[in-house]
Amino acid sequence: MSDIKQLYQEVILDHNKKPRNFGALDNPSHKAEGLNPLCGDHIFLTLQVRDDKVEAVAFQGEGCAICKASTSMMTTNVKGKTVEEAETLVQEFRDMATGKLNVQKQPNHLGRLAVFEGVKDLPSRVKCAILPWHTLHAAFNSVATTTTENEEEPMKSAGVTI
Amino acid sequence: MNKATSVRSQKNVTDLLDVARIRADFPILARHINGKPLVYLDNAASSQMPQPVIDRLVRYQTQEHANIHRAVHTLSEHATAEFEEARRKAQRFINAKDEHEIIFTSGTTESINLVMHGYGRAFIKAGDEVIVTGLEHHSNIVPWQMLCQEKGAKLRVAPINDAGEILLDEYQKLFNDRTKFVALSHVSNALGTVNPVSEMIATAHQWDVPVLLDGAQAAPHLRLDVQALDCDFYAFSGHKICGPTGIGVLYGKRALLEKMQPFKGGGDMILSVTFEKTIYNTIPYKFEAGTPPIAAAIGMGSAMDYLNGIGLERIGAHETDLLNYATQQVGAIKGVRIIGTARHKAAVLSFLVEGVHPHDVGTILNEDGIAIRTGHHCAQPVMQRFGVPATARASFAFYNTLEEVDVLTEGIRKVQRMFG
Ligand SMILES: Cc1ncc(COP(=O)(O)O)c(C=O)c1O
Repeated sequence: MSDIKQLYQEVILDHNKKPRNFGALDNPSHKAEGLNPLCGDHIFLTLQVRDDKVEAVAFQGEGCAICKASTSMMTTNVKGKTVEEAETLVQEFRDMATGKLNVQKQPNHLGRLAVFEGVKDLPSRVKCAILPWHTLHAAFNSVATTTTENEEEPMKSAGVTI
Repeated sequence: MNKATSVRSQKNVTDLLDVARIRADFPILARHINGKPLVYLDNAASSQMPQPVIDRLVRYQTQEHANIHRAVHTLSEHATAEFEEARRKAQRFINAKDEHEIIFTSGTTESINLVMHGYGRAFIKAGDEVIVTGLEHHSNIVPWQMLCQEKGAKLRVAPINDAGEILLDEYQKLFNDRTKFVALSHVSNALGTVNPVSEMIATAHQWDVPVLLDGAQAAPHLRLDVQALDCDFYAFSGHKICGPTGIGVLYGKRALLEKMQPFKGGGDMILSVTFEKTIYNTIPYKFEAGTPPIAAAIGMGSAMDYLNGIGLERIGAHETDLLNYATQQVGAIKGVRIIGTARHKAAVLSFLVEGVHPHDVGTILNEDGIAIRTGHHCAQPVMQRFGVPATARASFAFYNTLEEVDVLTEGIRKVQRMFG
């Protein structure tokens, strides 16, 4: 089975159909909106960060299966982590998706998130997978709206309001 | 529909099209993608190039290349002659009256921008109105928006119905004494709608308003006759008619082109230059500053020969058969919705698979070697009209087969099973 079908099986059977932490927090300490204008992927992230820890996180929006599943899995993975730990995941996820981190060979904290490794062979879909992580990074840094339009350096464009 | 633009689907005409032999002319169609034979259904984005056109480009680069309009040596004179012959081929391809009405550009986008700068900026003033339609590609919206912003003019939009057809009554109601320009697609890239352009041009002319047709999606499928259409400008791209990228055509009526401002300044577009004053060259050279894409222009001329060799009528008839079959087969799949059901359509099938984002459809079809386009197709207002962020789009060329439609249909069923 190809990586892509593997990716789709895992992703689709589970998180695309039953996204975790779907919704919005009432009084979030942090929030951000992520946009992928090319695809129309659009997510809203709300977070409750207390004592530097992600206590709660929720998302709403619409997008392709890769984006939705990536967002859903992100929420389950960052819940309970410190901001610094979450930011490490952001960096590692991004490196994996862009082919800079080999999850089999190099140490990392991604665990089950490694299922998204296949997107590195789908340049047009990398942005879909990275969008929620990009948005999380923006939320931590209090940037209201972000986009993965800047393909080369997706994280660098955090802070661009479109 | 006007005789000049009609796509005839006559069985006897179609039967004459030897698709197997035609496919042998296209080396890329023999490729395998992900281990599967390529099924190329993204022709509206760009079409493939047949061997005779590739050969023509190779011959030009290996034997004939020199800069044009500049030197007395043999190569330059020969290249100039071939370049100007390509202009005459383009003239005949759209039946323009005069070869000087053919301007080489980098493509449809540049053609439209040339008219915006050369005509729009010279003749459209504050308070004037420009009409476009709800079906346009961004390249026939954004330049006019830029113009309206700069001039304080107003952009008016002719709406479309649920089938993706322009509402002619509403279009007609947009006209008034302030209307100064109409920019309108001949065929919609997102939905495939063939617009009733003859009627629409006649309306505009009753108000003395010039009309630009964006023919990017019409040129590959319809026999064109700009004189019969009586359009004032016509724009299309080489890479959508089996030619190279980086080349396209702007046709304009001589009287309009002559009163327009040049768009770019530089070499070739002048008759004489002093620091006090420059005298511009005559049309079309006034608009062709700098060294043009010579090889690409000659290649596009060769592509026009190739299409003429098959015959646009036969091409149109075969594509109509493909579209009808695809509409029937894909439309029959439960959970698939076709977007764009106009009575007159050309070679484009936009669709949605219920519960599956178009990008996922595209990625999964690609696993089986099927190339389609997914997204907003540079026509976000069309997507907004139908309340969708994106669609999947299969677009056909004369080298596609009914069997390939079957592969597409099976691929869509597979997507549904995966998402089941
Ligand atoms: C209807 C329409 N107009 C304009 C364009 C722009 O053509 P080009 O990118 O060749 O300039 C396209 C191509 O996608 C099109 O389909």
